[in-house]
Amino acid sequence: MTQDLNKIKSGHKILKEWSYELKPVDKGYNMRTLYVNISDNTVAEKAVSEEMKMTFTGGKGFGMKLLWDGVKPETKWNDPENEICIATGPIGGNTNYPGSGKSLVVSLSPLTGIPIDSNVGGYFGPYLKFAGFDAMEIQGKADKDVIVYIDGDEGKVQIIEAPYEAVDSHVIGEQIIDLFAKNEEDKINISSVSAGTGSDHAWIGCLNFSMWDKRRQGVRFKQAGRGGIGTVFRNKRIKALVVRFSNLSGVSNNPADIATVQKTGLKLHKEIIALDDQQCRMRKVGTAHLSEIMNEYDLLPTLNYKYGSHKDAPKISSDVFYNEFLSKGKPDGCWYGCTMACAKVAEDFELKTGPYKGQKVLVDGPEYETIGGCGSNVGIFDARDILEINFYCDTYGLDTISFGTMTAFIMECWENGILDKEKTGGLDFTWGNSDSVLELLHQISRGEGFGKIAGKGIREMKNYFEKHFGADRKFMDDIGMEAKGLEYSEYVTKESLAMQGGYGLALKGPQHDEAWLIFMDMVQGLIPTFEDKAEALHYFPMFRTWFGLQGLCKLPWNDIEPADNAQTSEPAKVPEHVQNYVDLFNAITGQHIDKEELILQSERVYNFQRVFNIRMGKGLREHDSIPYRSVGPVTVEEYESRAERYDKQLKEKVGIDPSGMSSEEKVKVMREYREDQYEKLIDAVYERRGWTKNGVPKPEHLKKLGIAFDDVLDVVNKHL
Amino acid sequence: MAKYLKTYPEKCSACGTCMDVCSETFFKEKNPLKSAIKIEPKDGRVLMTVCDQTCRLCVDECPVQALTVNSAGVVLLNKNKCIGCLACVSVCPINAMMWFEGGQTPFKCIACGKCAEACPEQALEIVEEG
Repeated sequence: MTQDLNKIKSGHKILKEWSYELKPVDKGYNMRTLYVNISDNTVAEKAVSEEMKMTFTGGKGFGMKLLWDGVKPETKWNDPENEICIATGPIGGNTNYPGSGKSLVVSLSPLTGIPIDSNVGGYFGPYLKFAGFDAMEIQGKADKDVIVYIDGDEGKVQIIEAPYEAVDSHVIGEQIIDLFAKNEEDKINISSVSAGTGSDHAWIGCLNFSMWDKRRQGVRFKQAGRGGIGTVFRNKRIKALVVRFSNLSGVSNNPADIATVQKTGLKLHKEIIALDDQQCRMRKVGTAHLSEIMNEYDLLPTLNYKYGSHKDAPKISSDVFYNEFLSKGKPDGCWYGCTMACAKVAEDFELKTGPYKGQKVLVDGPEYETIGGCGSNVGIFDARDILEINFYCDTYGLDTISFGTMTAFIMECWENGILDKEKTGGLDFTWGNSDSVLELLHQISRGEGFGKIAGKGIREMKNYFEKHFGADRKFMDDIGMEAKGLEYSEYVTKESLAMQGGYGLALKGPQHDEAWLIFMDMVQGLIPTFEDKAEALHYFPMFRTWFGLQGLCKLPWNDIEPADNAQTSEPAKVPEHVQNYVDLFNAITGQHIDKEELILQSERVYNFQRVFNIRMGKGLREHDSIPYRSVGPVTVEEYESRAERYDKQLKEKVGIDPSGMSSEEKVKVMREYREDQYEKLIDAVYERRGWTKNGVPKPEHLKKLGIAFDDVLDVVNKHL
Repeated sequence: MAKYLKTYPEKCSACGTCMDVCSETFFKEKNPLKSAIKIEPKDGRVLMTVCDQTCRLCVDECPVQALTVNSAGVVLLNKNKCIGCLACVSVCPINAMMWFEGGQTPFKCIACGKCAEACPEQALEIVEEG
């Protein structure tokens, strides 16, 4: 190892060194951001104006504003002017309130061409903030691989040529610690961002944010998964971003009212300790508990979202992962002070395939989305296989969600004869063939074979299969689970119209962090009318956007609930926790917002991002369309698998007697009805959000929100 | 090895001497909020809350390993490492990890024995077992 380190160090060449004045954070803000251009090796700080702070709040808001200023309407993801912006937010980095360590990463996505935002744990964002910057903005493209190092103890930024470090995250993550930590105790003060060899070749690249695990003496990671930011990162030839900050304390945010921050945090800590075991068991199994719930409600994506449950689903339930693989009794958070501690770890996991075959590694997770995407959705019901796919996705810098969903698409294409061994270079994509799925991953990492085509995601595959294999475009559009170019995350939405809208209207593409309304809509029946659904598709996306402005995690909002939550007037909102957030924001920033202003903070950024999408050519009604697989049964096989349910709906909702109709006819009638419902929903939501029928935020709405800047109005005026 | 402060509630008169001694020793002021032992008369009896050094849930929970067990079996907090998250306060099943509003780190009994020496009723005793 020492020899390796010496070799690595010998390749280091400092291309730029820049010093800055160290200043403490004041009430959650530094009021400056860091700009790094790796084309010409410029490093500079930019002041954050009071107007920027009040308009964009922080986190993803700052990221969107910086990206907007950095790119032009014609900028493509791989142009040098595309940026990667990383920011936590004013609340981010506090150690008292569970879920306060998120970084928000913003960039133009290779998959969608529009801004993507991806939230991630790990220490990088908070350390970056305490090193002195509310956000970091990286522009340009290096000639050779580089590391950008921010020393928050010394007030120094370096761009370092780094030819010999590994690219795969589990290797470079350890190398970075050895290279930059001064001693054993110092390891905890270093955090890195890296991608992987998969990101070199695929468009579904993700970023790994590291944290030194003192108990296990190893590096663990959390992933900024969605939208291909890892691909942008490697296209810029960045090997790693590294930050050091060694003086973390409970008051690093310098909050206006520390006692309230502590009291609010302690209240939630106690709630989690007392109730989590009876509620979601996040401390034990993390988000994995969702797989059995989704299976029970027919929502677990199975065989490319054809179905919502499977007889073998118990084989990939949280208990299997917990009993056979996960560490027990170790609270594994992704930031300090999160007692929800849902980041699970499989230790000493021995790899059976690929370049690291035989190595024993730490696997982070699996999250529910990985179990759904790389498990049931591709017909793999083997927990061990899922963990191996999970590990390789992470270290190769590939998003497990996009990888799972696109592989499910490949398998359904295989099933329908669109693909065969000749076209896949010998890989057999029968449902559940984990050997082929793993080989596909390794091909992506090497940039070879079918992996090269597949790694570009579903939208590109559809183009390729149509052009080269003569595949039926309409069928692929129906079953290819992508919208705006981004692969769906892992929920079956056929029986929840509101959730179809939740996915179709999500600004970045179909990701559930913006809205998750399935239970409210389908199970509890709380939002029966279009107006009710539209209100939910206003409130919840705005409320959830707020987490991303603050550096917060969504999970401690409603994956733990106060004991009396069900007795409140609006249990779905978890009113006590909303008040916690208001109190927390005010206590840190010294501002005086209420729960209405909280929504307004989000609405400003949300509408700005919608206009940004329009500016980049993909923010109108036509872009909010979704594949029919997410709306209803595409095939007779699907219809017949749930015939009783669908027949009943034809009778009761559509007003047609299905007796005597063929399944083909029923599929057709059902489709006409459901597609019409979706359009009506879109109308209602646009109206509620203050948008035109074409999905354009109205100028008067933008004025009301205080974001009617000239360049914003210029964009919308072209579409009125 | 387990060294801890043993309590005898039936002997305690709730005079509060122990809390004065404790807070004076560690915070240089007489303030029951800053004492690692809490004495509360309740329903005609006295409730004596202090760490018994045994369950160590706080040690497991601490995200920065600021809580450790010394060779005498006493759970100690390293304030330099503590990041003030208060997770330890929330996991303590007997509320013996103490904290006051605005205090940057929690605190707890380290079985120093000063309170036991001062107790006029011999309701406290340092015990070493094992």
